[in-house]
Amino acid sequence: MALEFSDKSEDKFNEIVARYPDTHAALLPVLLLAQSEFGWVSVEVMDYVATRLNLNPAKVLSTATFYTMYNKQPVGKCHIQVCTTLSCALNRGYELLELFEDRLEINVGETTHDYGYTLSEVECLAACGTAPMFQVTWSDGEIEYFEDIDPDKIDGVLEKLNARLSDLPDTRRMH
Amino acid sequence: MEEKYLSRHFGIDKAYNLDVYEQQGGYSTLPKAFAMDTDAIIAEMKKSNLRGRGGAGFPTGVKWGFMPRDSDVEKYLVVNADEGEPGTFKDRMIMELDPHRLIEGCVMTAWALGLRTGYIFVRGELQLAIRRLEVAIKQAYEKGYLGKNVLGKGLDFDLYVHSSAGAYICGEETGLIEGLEGKPGQPRMKPPFPAIVGVFNKPTLVNNVETIAAVPFILEHGGEHWASMGIERNGGPKLYGLSGHINKPGVYEAPSGITVRELLERFGGGMREGSDLKAFIPGGSSCAVLLPESLDAQMGFETLREAGSSMGTGCITFMDQTTCMVRLSARLAHFYHHESCGQCTPCREGTGWAYKVLNAIEAGQGTPDDLALIQDMITGIAGNTICAHGDSLVIPVRSYIEKFGQEFEDHVQNKRCPFPRWRKMRNTQRMSA
Repeated sequence: MALEFSDKSEDKFNEIVARYPDTHAALLPVLLLAQSEFGWVSVEVMDYVATRLNLNPAKVLSTATFYTMYNKQPVGKCHIQVCTTLSCALNRGYELLELFEDRLEINVGETTHDYGYTLSEVECLAACGTAPMFQVTWSDGEIEYFEDIDPDKIDGVLEKLNARLSDLPDTRRMH
Repeated sequence: MEEKYLSRHFGIDKAYNLDVYEQQGGYSTLPKAFAMDTDAIIAEMKKSNLRGRGGAGFPTGVKWGFMPRDSDVEKYLVVNADEGEPGTFKDRMIMELDPHRLIEGCVMTAWALGLRTGYIFVRGELQLAIRRLEVAIKQAYEKGYLGKNVLGKGLDFDLYVHSSAGAYICGEETGLIEGLEGKPGQPRMKPPFPAIVGVFNKPTLVNNVETIAAVPFILEHGGEHWASMGIERNGGPKLYGLSGHINKPGVYEAPSGITVRELLERFGGGMREGSDLKAFIPGGSSCAVLLPESLDAQMGFETLREAGSSMGTGCITFMDQTTCMVRLSARLAHFYHHESCGQCTPCREGTGWAYKVLNAIEAGQGTPDDLALIQDMITGIAGNTICAHGDSLVIPVRSYIEKFGQEFEDHVQNKRCPFPRWRKMRNTQRMSA
């Protein structure tokens, strides 16, 4: 099925394109918009974005593969990204990562079988004063920071995340 | 207590809304700024001794002076809000808690230099900052602080938020320009500098968030007043982000030239119970590490250079005796390797090899030749790349080896790391690439 933005995304698309003197400049925000609409950035999504912005698909590919926030494969409804750089490393960030691995029964870099969760280790998220912390990207495109986390209270944290899963789309079925 | 400037609104409820910002006196300096011409404003900026707050510390007034004066050429303002230097978390506070301050600074900058369009380039992860800025910009348009003929003074200025998508290198100003153009954030050769050929091949002023946020205060109170809150060549109060093994991590405002000791003790609440200061990094992970004997160094670009490091972003990371310097240097090498844009071989390959060798030493698999090998490798990176990214690893790694050489040798000799592990459940320290 051919891809198409929803009306809401279409409005956002037009608003983004209007900010720049050429369409290439709109690529970063439009790819993020496409990811929140279609779940992940497949080659099909890249082609669609290329068509919409009148760009050579190779240009879209080179940008989509350069930036870390574009998922080139489906991820869980809740993509947990634990920071383990400097201040988080000093403040139990690795323990936090390890506890997520333990509770979700996956290794870092993996996705649970039901595509509920993906667990990643990421670099500094500019929240060093509230270490350790992690970021969640929900499958509807929302991003949320969870800061000042006590790794000993990981189960309570996971309960809160779990409560939101049922309302979210499965990225494998978003396009 | 000194008067607060940059953090004045941080404790005020909903100061990110226009009405609250205006009640606090926000936007009231605009008419004063609009009564000044380009030369007068640049003169105040130079007098203020404001230095770029993104880490490089270039005098802001001088940078502004590089912008061409032709009125018929399209010129751009780009605010560098791609905060990502490990240990740094100050710009985020301005964007989330006081976005109108940044917008007001942008309007004044646009007026001063005849800029018609501005982009605030925010790292994509900072969604709250992006949302707050977008709402604030909308409010500013409705009130006539942005758009056509601002306050009836003939300034046409459009301001937009540009969301990036995860790439540390976009904090480098020409990498940022590439990212703003929709391309991979691979830094450009300089010259030409952005003031001549910047975004969309037009003259572009790139300034950090905290730099632009200081502009309304400088034009309100005058450059000399700003300079008086600092030391020689380093003017004005600044936001210091303190983190690590301390009691009260957070972002605090204090004058330029304050000592690291005062920041740690008066604001950071000192080291945690049971923690003794082993070392600190004064301005983000690319700065050389310093020992407790340097605690009385003043926060300034020249003073910290004399102390053997650099001011960077002014966000300090404090580490206690449980911190393994071999592991930390390996972790930082991993960061710089992961974030290398890949266009220069010395940086792309060298940072990866540095990581592998440092990690091997940390894992107890190092050989006596490895320290010389690392020195040789990082010498091959330094100065051989388009931008400073590679050097940003060379500088800290050299400093860790110089100041904690014994720790590296002990790892090699005893074939193990004596420090508490970061991972508790597994035997091996793993950093997924």
